[in-house]
Amino acid sequence: MNINRNIAISDTGFVFDPSSGDSYSLNPVGTEIIQLLKKQKTIEEIQVEIVSKYEVDDVQLEKDIIDFILTLEQYNLIENNE
Amino acid sequence: MSKRKLTIAVTGLNNTDNPGPGIPVIRGLRDSEEFEVRIIGLAYENLEPGIYMHDIVDKTYQIPYPSAGTEVLLARLEYINSIEKIDVLIPNFDAELNTFMRSADKLKKMGIRTFLPTLEQYEERHKSVLPEYGEKYDVRVPKSKAIFNASDIYSLNDDFTYPVMVKGKFYDAFIAYNTEQVKMHFNKISSKWGLPVIIQEFVKGVEVNVVALGDGKGNVVGAVPMRKQFITDKGKAWAGITLKDDKMLEQTQKIFSATKWRGGMELELIKTNDGKYYLIEINPRLPAWVYLAVGAGQNLPEALVKLALGEDVKPYENYQVGKLFIRYSYDLICDIAEFEQLSTFGEL
Repeated sequence: MNINRNIAISDTGFVFDPSSGDSYSLNPVGTEIIQLLKKQKTIEEIQVEIVSKYEVDDVQLEKDIIDFILTLEQYNLIENNE
Repeated sequence: MSKRKLTIAVTGLNNTDNPGPGIPVIRGLRDSEEFEVRIIGLAYENLEPGIYMHDIVDKTYQIPYPSAGTEVLLARLEYINSIEKIDVLIPNFDAELNTFMRSADKLKKMGIRTFLPTLEQYEERHKSVLPEYGEKYDVRVPKSKAIFNASDIYSLNDDFTYPVMVKGKFYDAFIAYNTEQVKMHFNKISSKWGLPVIIQEFVKGVEVNVVALGDGKGNVVGAVPMRKQFITDKGKAWAGITLKDDKMLEQTQKIFSATKWRGGMELELIKTNDGKYYLIEINPRLPAWVYLAVGAGQNLPEALVKLALGEDVKPYENYQVGKLFIRYSYDLICDIAEFEQLSTFGEL
């Protein structure tokens, strides 16, 4: 799973896709997840990282991360190579 | 280094909700590091806003409509040139281009340079012959048909499924969901722009455009792709953003290499959800959003002037992606004396 080439992600959570001109604003957790995806982390690794920082139920978190990734895919921001 | 002084005449001062490219072209010229320009505005109507923008346009002359004939226009330009000594003229309306192209040699004899497409290039990219263009240059275009008679509307069902686009030969485009709506738009468009009216397959996707400049030898001097971010009810971009889109640039290069396009051009494309590009229109001039290209690093109006002067221009290779333009409206306050001066004497 890779963040599409050229996608610009700022520290504030602003995401810009230069091929479509679309931009998106992420909340802080979304920003953290997308930064971890950019570092080529797996879903499991992302889960471990988020659980260590936030009080969250494992099952709920996995569901939320998958939902989030599906949304990124829908907007052509990531390619799922898995 | 002192800047070269040039006098440049520009049409398309109608900076309205359906803007002509005149004002953005002039802004590009005024940003030039090489030229110091005196701008002569050429206006058809006395309420074109550019006439009254004195920091943009130095002096304006009214000129006759193309329908008045070439001789009348040339006589007027000869008079204007006797006072202003115009170096380069940049026409910005589709409807006037034919007249200026036919007059290019006569203008050159007056000392006025232009940089326009050839008549053949101009004619073959008309909306009414887009299918032939697509076939000739191997470009994907939507199915379209030029109709000359309202009775042809009833046979459209044989070739098209609704909705369809109904387009004027120069301007205007409406979406129609049934025969009655086509008929209504046909009447409206044909009375305004004449015949034919073009019926085009409706392609669903995102509207993306390229502004480009060709040197007439097959080279692209500059090209910037843009996506409309906000579209007015007239279908005009009111905001847009530069894109990184290699496919659009490849398409532009392909068309310019094949046609040896000379001058400014706007390619209008639809990008479908599955990533296909359909060429829906070619406008034979720089578009009203050309100043975005200037802001993104390609001063295409400046390059066009250099080409008109017969100078070599190094092609632009880069531009900034993610540059936005956002249009706004602004009230100019003018004295009636200015309006009177233009209306009475034809110059201001």
